[in-house]
Amino acid sequence: MFEIPRMPLAQWVDGLLAWLTSAIAPLTRAFAGFVRGGIDGIVAGLGFLPPVVLMLLIGAAAWWIASRKVAIFSVAGLLFIWNLGLWGPTLSTIALVLVATFISMLIGLPLGILSGLSQSFNKMVTPVLDLMQTMPAFVYLIPAIPFFGLGPVAAAFATVIFSIPPAIRLTSLGIRQIDREMIEASDAFGTTTMQKLVKVQLPLALPTIMAGINQTIMLSLSMVVIAAMIGAGGLGGEVWRAIQRLRAGQGVEAGLAIVIIAMILDRITQNIAVKKEQA
Amino acid sequence: MEQTEERKVKIRIQNLYKVFGRNPQRAVGMLKSGKTKDEILQKSKLAVGVADASFDVYEGETVVVMGLSGSGKSTLIRCVNRLMEPTAGKVIVDDIDVTQLDQDELREVRRRKFGMVFQSFALFPHKTVLQNVEFGLEIQGVDPEVRQAKATESLNQVGLKGWGEYYPANLSGGMKQRVGLARALAVDPDILLMDEAFSALDPLIRTDMQDELIALNERVQKTILFITHDLDEALKMGDRIVLMKDGAIVQVGTPEDILSRPANDYVAKFVENVDITKVLTAADVMKKPTPVAFVKDGPRTALHKMKEAGLSGIFVVRASNWELVGHLTAQRAAAAAKAGERWIDHLTTVDDCATVPLDQPVRTIFPMVSGDPIAVIDDSKILKGVIVRGSVIAALSERGEDEDV
Repeated sequence: MFEIPRMPLAQWVDGLLAWLTSAIAPLTRAFAGFVRGGIDGIVAGLGFLPPVVLMLLIGAAAWWIASRKVAIFSVAGLLFIWNLGLWGPTLSTIALVLVATFISMLIGLPLGILSGLSQSFNKMVTPVLDLMQTMPAFVYLIPAIPFFGLGPVAAAFATVIFSIPPAIRLTSLGIRQIDREMIEASDAFGTTTMQKLVKVQLPLALPTIMAGINQTIMLSLSMVVIAAMIGAGGLGGEVWRAIQRLRAGQGVEAGLAIVIIAMILDRITQNIAVKKEQA
Repeated sequence: MEQTEERKVKIRIQNLYKVFGRNPQRAVGMLKSGKTKDEILQKSKLAVGVADASFDVYEGETVVVMGLSGSGKSTLIRCVNRLMEPTAGKVIVDDIDVTQLDQDELREVRRRKFGMVFQSFALFPHKTVLQNVEFGLEIQGVDPEVRQAKATESLNQVGLKGWGEYYPANLSGGMKQRVGLARALAVDPDILLMDEAFSALDPLIRTDMQDELIALNERVQKTILFITHDLDEALKMGDRIVLMKDGAIVQVGTPEDILSRPANDYVAKFVENVDITKVLTAADVMKKPTPVAFVKDGPRTALHKMKEAGLSGIFVVRASNWELVGHLTAQRAAAAAKAGERWIDHLTTVDDCATVPLDQPVRTIFPMVSGDPIAVIDDSKILKGVIVRGSVIAALSERGEDEDV
């Protein structure tokens, strides 16, 4: 009888990763530099302000973009977090989410536009996105470590991979679902591909694109917690520490803080989309 | 039509085919060997949109392409500016074969030659009315001041002065299509392509728009290719009519040609007894029912309204929903005023007026129009329009029909 040797899949992946790590070193270094700079900058900037001032600023933004109710909730929620002594970890979590979301948009929007415009590109991207969304979130933590080591940069990398699919998908969908007559009208007046995209397709797809960005932010926030396992720090770090030491009370405190931040970010970004739509 | 030889051909459509599916060329051969659309669909899964269409549109002429849904008329118009790529054949506009142009040249031709109006308006909801009208000029890189001036002028032309700052969502259907028309006219194209432009509008507004387009084109003198599924509209708008069935052209001719010399049984059946008085209904010949008196008006107000409009009688309706209440003569109103009556609601009943439903054929209305005006009402007695003798005759003569009915 033939003995079919076991496929050394794990070795192949390890080998590929080892090769990649050295091959794309300049790229990972640039990414690391950007993320570190971004996070440090945001944390320093936000930390520079007295907490009360920052709370009022966020409250004002919530009032302006969303509503008075959201503003009151935001200020009250932030006061609660501050009272629990979680202000510092909250700032670093927000910084990580902002940086990860920014990178996701930077990569996701162009890819989304491309797949909205090109049927064949869409067919290539869709299975990759399916894979990215069904893969357990923990798996992304593993390749992040050889590239970036433990710490917030690796966490940002894993977060970007986890949170980018909705940005791509919904941008693509937003462009695809535009009424055919609108596109025909644009073509009939002799638009170039670029004019059509900028003046017709993107504005009409904007509400859907904004919904995608909202989703990306929410996924970033959920991943930031998981990424605490590879040193993301922040509120996720607090939760992770509480788990390791079996301190339920601390875990609940940090967990609540995350929920509050999630709700504030969600309400505010949701309303950006609605507001634009009404204009 | 006697001068046909001397007139300049603006658009020449030559043996045009459009087939949907993989390797559409296969179907062209099958069509040429006499296979029908259905046979081809069954055999090869190819859908024939347009089959061997040829006709000319002269400069300044309005040609209406008419057919039922699925006859290929919308596909045909889209082949003219290549929103759809023709499978075979030529479209020649001013001696340029549009089908041979590369993308850059095509874009130039679309910008300079064509203005297009769409069935569901296709206005951009994120732009104001004025910005919508500016769109074509914006695309061409015209300076903001120049294009705003031109767009404003174009808006005024279609009767929407002062609406520039609104968004399309604030407008009614008729107004939206005026914006669509203004947008097409703003680039000052030679040719207007109108794809079922008025089909989505209410009957009265539709008639208004038809009249206005005819009046407007007296001034701007565009060549118009107009698509419709409505025979009435075709007869009214078209200098000539192209009748299509299953992607093929059945007959090309003036409205009179089509009516009096149908090319085959299909056309004959289509225009069967287009004794205009039968085709036209009350809705087609009615006028706007203004002015009217409301039940809360006093007799003097009603008299004043009649005097202003030079009428000897006036329809009375409920102000809330225009439900018809009756018809008040000047005589009766004057007597009531003298007697010091304060309201007119008890002076008249519906029995005082002649009424017809919206879809009543004109032929049966004709004997009734000698005296007082006739009220056109819908199922719930809402006043939709009025018919006076003049309006029926005008509607008939407009369509070149004798009055010896």
